[in-house]
Amino acid sequence: MSSEALRIDDLHKSFGSNEVLRGIAMSVASHEVICLIGASGSGKSTLLRCVNLLEPIDAGRISLFGHDITGPGVDANLVRRQIGIVFQSFNLFPHMTVLRNVTLAPTKVLRMPPAQAADEARALLGRFGLIDKADEYPDRLSGGQQQRVAIVRALAMQPHLMLLDEVTSALDPELVAEVLEVITELAAGGMTMLIATHEMGFAREIAHRVCFLEEGRIIEDAPPAELFTNPKDDRTRRFLRRIVEAKRL
Amino acid sequence: MDANSPMSPGQPAGSFAATGRGPRLLAGGGTRATVISSASTIVVLGILVAIFLLAPGARAVEHAFFSPTDMWHSFIGNPRKGYYSVGAAIWLNVRMFLVAEVLILALALLVALIRQSAGPVLFPIRILATGYVDFFRGVPLILVIFALGLGLPALNLPFVSSQSDAVYGVAALVLSYSAYVSEVYRAGLNSVHQSQVAAARSLGLSQATAMRHVVLPQAVRNIIPPLLNDFISLQKDTALVGTLGVIEANKAADIYSETVFNFSSFTVAAILFLILTIPLARFTDRLIERDRRRRLAGGTR
Repeated sequence: MSSEALRIDDLHKSFGSNEVLRGIAMSVASHEVICLIGASGSGKSTLLRCVNLLEPIDAGRISLFGHDITGPGVDANLVRRQIGIVFQSFNLFPHMTVLRNVTLAPTKVLRMPPAQAADEARALLGRFGLIDKADEYPDRLSGGQQQRVAIVRALAMQPHLMLLDEVTSALDPELVAEVLEVITELAAGGMTMLIATHEMGFAREIAHRVCFLEEGRIIEDAPPAELFTNPKDDRTRRFLRRIVEAKRL
Repeated sequence: MDANSPMSPGQPAGSFAATGRGPRLLAGGGTRATVISSASTIVVLGILVAIFLLAPGARAVEHAFFSPTDMWHSFIGNPRKGYYSVGAAIWLNVRMFLVAEVLILALALLVALIRQSAGPVLFPIRILATGYVDFFRGVPLILVIFALGLGLPALNLPFVSSQSDAVYGVAALVLSYSAYVSEVYRAGLNSVHQSQVAAARSLGLSQATAMRHVVLPQAVRNIIPPLLNDFISLQKDTALVGTLGVIEANKAADIYSETVFNFSSFTVAAILFLILTIPLARFTDRLIERDRRRRLAGGTR
């Protein structure tokens, strides 16, 4: 196995009296794709937000490429440059064109010359079939297009790790495929990814490992073939049965 | 009659159809609607004018407030007869307004950002900013003008006590209005969803950069109407600086009325203020409309 990209030890996180993460431990190798599955409220999104330091953690440790990023004196902005995150609700900047959405961080954070940033942004937009949308405002795009732009915006910072937080959950069913295609392409290109998803079929295809979360704990962590066909834990079995009944698998 | 068409055949379709979104000054949607709206406007205005003209004291009011010769004389002024030109004095209002507006935009933003800031280090400054807003929103503007205009010269400080009354007046306007406008800014900052901040920060943008490029532009867009509303109000309130003896339009009109015993000069001042404020209101409408169109139509800037 190649080097370790992300390591999480005994991570705890509460919102008030509500303990959302109760001792998460996991490890993600470079170029590995891990899908997080579990019911809403199981802690998937919170876990991703903690990794990106958008939520301060209560206890535990997160390391990125061997460096502790949750200790004191860590520059969160420096950490976030290396981690791209894509949200369920796209969160594009509505007052900027697509191109400006993509070039904002490279020019302001990496101090890349605007012309170079625009060239690189156009190249990325072209790669994902969005080049003709470069000068549009986000409001004019379909949900699928907006989400692809959000992925491109994250990629423009050349992250070493991508966090995807239920990126297809807000999309109309017919728009899901175009976004999943993009993620599949990223996986094929060797991008390390941590993906929270409700798309079980997709998780089965793309993931190297699938983690099932319930009540803030990782109940089961196994390759998809094993987890989906022969789950060890009763709770995993119950969850998957409900999914099958809802015809999502 | 066909059950699907309850309307009588003679009625033109769509006469009273909705005319699109947003308020319209004149009802659109066909000649008939235009004719009706014009007619009702004429009737309403006609009734108002009739009430005015038929009132027992109509002649006296007309002479006191709408005498053409007095309006003209007060507009051009005549220093030898002891009164100033209202038309020239309005420029002082314009200048005071422009200077105050720029300072208010800056000071109010600063206060809003301080009040929105997080972190224990800034706590004393936050308290200070809150106290400032509470105080200057609570004290009538005219008292602030008196306090600065009469108090600061009395202090006998270098520089501070040797300014003109117009400067004290502008300072009072800035202090008072910044308290209001900072609250408008704050509402605007709060109107930008937290997920926008999360998206910006997740890309590695610092808090300040996220504020400047992501939050603030969206906040300002959302508050242009209330902001312009405050500035229209500010244009009028420059007249209060006249209480310090500064010869702005209202003071010039006041002097004319006391010299000639005719109030038509105030009518002139009122008309001049309207000429200033109405274009600003229309300009606001256009900005809002342009922004809306741009974001809906996409593409060209």
